[in-house]
Amino acid sequence: MADAKVIPFDDDHRSRGSAASRRRGAAGRRQGGTRPPAAVGEVQPLPGTAAAREDDPVTGEDEQPRERAADREGGLEQRIASGLAFLRRRLTGDYEVDDFGYDEELTDQVLMSLLRPMYEKYFRVEVKGIENIPSEGGALIVANHSGTVPVDGLMMQVAVHDHHPAGRHLRLLAADLVFVLPVVNELARKLGHTLACAEDAERLLAQGELVGVMPEGFKGIGKPFSERYKLQRFGRGGFVSTALRHGAPIVPCSVVGAEEIYPMIGNAKTLARLLGFPYFPLTPTFPWLGPLGAIPLPTKWTIQFGEPIPTDGYPPEAAEDPMLMFNLTDQVREQIQHTLYKLLVQRRSVFF
Amino acid sequence: MGKVVLVTGVARQLGGRFVRRIQRDPEVDRVVAVDAVRPEHHLGGADFVQADIRQPTIARVLAESGADTVVHLDVTGTPLGGGGRASLKETNVIGTMQLLGACQKSPNIRRLVVKSSTNVYGSAPRDPAVFTESTPPKSLPSGGFAKDTVEVEGYVRGFARRRPDVAVCVLRFANILGPAADTPLASYFALPVLPTVFGYDPRLQFVHEDDVVEVLRIGAHEPRRGTLNSGTFNIAGDGVLLLSQCSRRLGRPTVPLLLPAVTWAGSLMRTLGMSDFSPEQIRLLTHGRVVATDQMRETLGFTPKYSTAETFADFVRSRGPGLLPPETVARAVDRIAALPVPGSGHVPAHGAD
Repeated sequence: MADAKVIPFDDDHRSRGSAASRRRGAAGRRQGGTRPPAAVGEVQPLPGTAAAREDDPVTGEDEQPRERAADREGGLEQRIASGLAFLRRRLTGDYEVDDFGYDEELTDQVLMSLLRPMYEKYFRVEVKGIENIPSEGGALIVANHSGTVPVDGLMMQVAVHDHHPAGRHLRLLAADLVFVLPVVNELARKLGHTLACAEDAERLLAQGELVGVMPEGFKGIGKPFSERYKLQRFGRGGFVSTALRHGAPIVPCSVVGAEEIYPMIGNAKTLARLLGFPYFPLTPTFPWLGPLGAIPLPTKWTIQFGEPIPTDGYPPEAAEDPMLMFNLTDQVREQIQHTLYKLLVQRRSVFF
Repeated sequence: MGKVVLVTGVARQLGGRFVRRIQRDPEVDRVVAVDAVRPEHHLGGADFVQADIRQPTIARVLAESGADTVVHLDVTGTPLGGGGRASLKETNVIGTMQLLGACQKSPNIRRLVVKSSTNVYGSAPRDPAVFTESTPPKSLPSGGFAKDTVEVEGYVRGFARRRPDVAVCVLRFANILGPAADTPLASYFALPVLPTVFGYDPRLQFVHEDDVVEVLRIGAHEPRRGTLNSGTFNIAGDGVLLLSQCSRRLGRPTVPLLLPAVTWAGSLMRTLGMSDFSPEQIRLLTHGRVVATDQMRETLGFTPKYSTAETFADFVRSRGPGLLPPETVARAVDRIAALPVPGSGHVPAHGAD
């Protein structure tokens, strides 16, 4: 981490002279973004002024850095203190999880920070239409599913977590395979995911949570590269009747970019059956290059949340009406497909 | 005329406590306490009858006592004293059949309360996260106590069909913990080092002994206004604890083992008689189990005094600290916090989990 390199300069800054001060200025700029706001007002100069000051050997130089160093130490101390408080809570088990095993603290402090570099730096996700997600009450986000490995769900979760003004958390519904695998199931539960079944979805919607579902399931995520961006069948439309039962709006969501991270050119069906997986992907690099082949291609992503489709205007028995369910399912599906095509036309290139 | 309550399984801590408690209720005239062995604790003046519920004598005891309420607590997962799994299963299943047969012939009986367990749901990765009373289990328990409870509940349902005039209350308890609890999970938490299944962090739910006694009383008495105490109810404290949280709060380190190794270690420990680490226990400690308690609140009208976390805290207090008491860990972290800051760099918070 950058901070670890910063501190030693402050300790012996008097012996180093101007070279150290230049480095210190650079370090200060690097750190500026993460400093808590309480400490900023006092000493932290704007990046521009800091750069200007570096180049002019002012006589008051001795005053400035000492104050700055003290401030930096204060901010760091605060961060260390909060980090240690977090560590203390974790180690003594003094934290809460909900009925589904969702560990909000761990998700916010650790798991999201682990996913964020991938979201911001690797896939450079662009989010559109975040305002279409209601800021309170239950809602069902229905998205396309692609990419061989369900990274798209995780990226959607980061998108909602980081961009929604009300700070909402997306609760994803995951395939049963997720909960069979060791480690994966533990992380999924802590991230707030749960099994894709009507019972869990209804319980979450009744609690007023934001629920994310990919109705294509394995058909979508495990489709060959040649069929990219062609929506598969939307299951039996169970998600529509779940939303209808709670009058929760359906927010269609289109993810562009995930299709190309692992272009699946083949499927080793026998191996998949042996391992108990629904498919075993063969990509141009995997498994030929070993673990190196498992690195996803750095595509540029766009996640667009569409206009919500209200479901509260229907009578209570509507959830049992297959005709209405098929119509609504088709409406959601077409809206996602349509948005996908629109985003694909706008896209300059797969990687930029 | 007051009530006569017949209670089975009184040689257990829980049965003893329930007998002493219900004895004090004004509407109860007489309590007949039944078990195959003489209890070590006192029963607060209840009439103890030494009878094995696996034998037909239980019918005579029931007829002679003239009981109008039967509370069947002799459905348990741990054998009392000697006796292995076979005799336990017999007491659970054959005992229940005999008792229900006796009840069916008794003209006096008005109310039957049966202690069951949330084990009936099993635990599997393909189950919904939260079980309601009507959730069908995806995979039925294949053996052990869980299978016993499934069978017991089957016989109780049959009885309820044949005697619609009797109010039948089946209480599915989550893991019972408390200072005196002698459940399999309590003995698991008593191990100095907790073996866990690698890659799984199950969600657990507990119910406190005090709440168990209280809810049994609600089942045994006339329902209060606006509530109904016949039917099947999940009984559990609010909230959920992960096994990792439990081990940290208890201060006992965990040893994650691969699933086959845990199964093997479990059968080894069972052979040595150290702990009842049965396959269903391992499944619980792999996939966890959480039940919905809406029915308990709304229909039965019962609100537990202890949440899951409070129940566990009470259990921890009664057991004393483990190898790594949370206070010591907290002190160690505080000591690190007291160290001079410069040069210490970034906090390794990621190592916390």
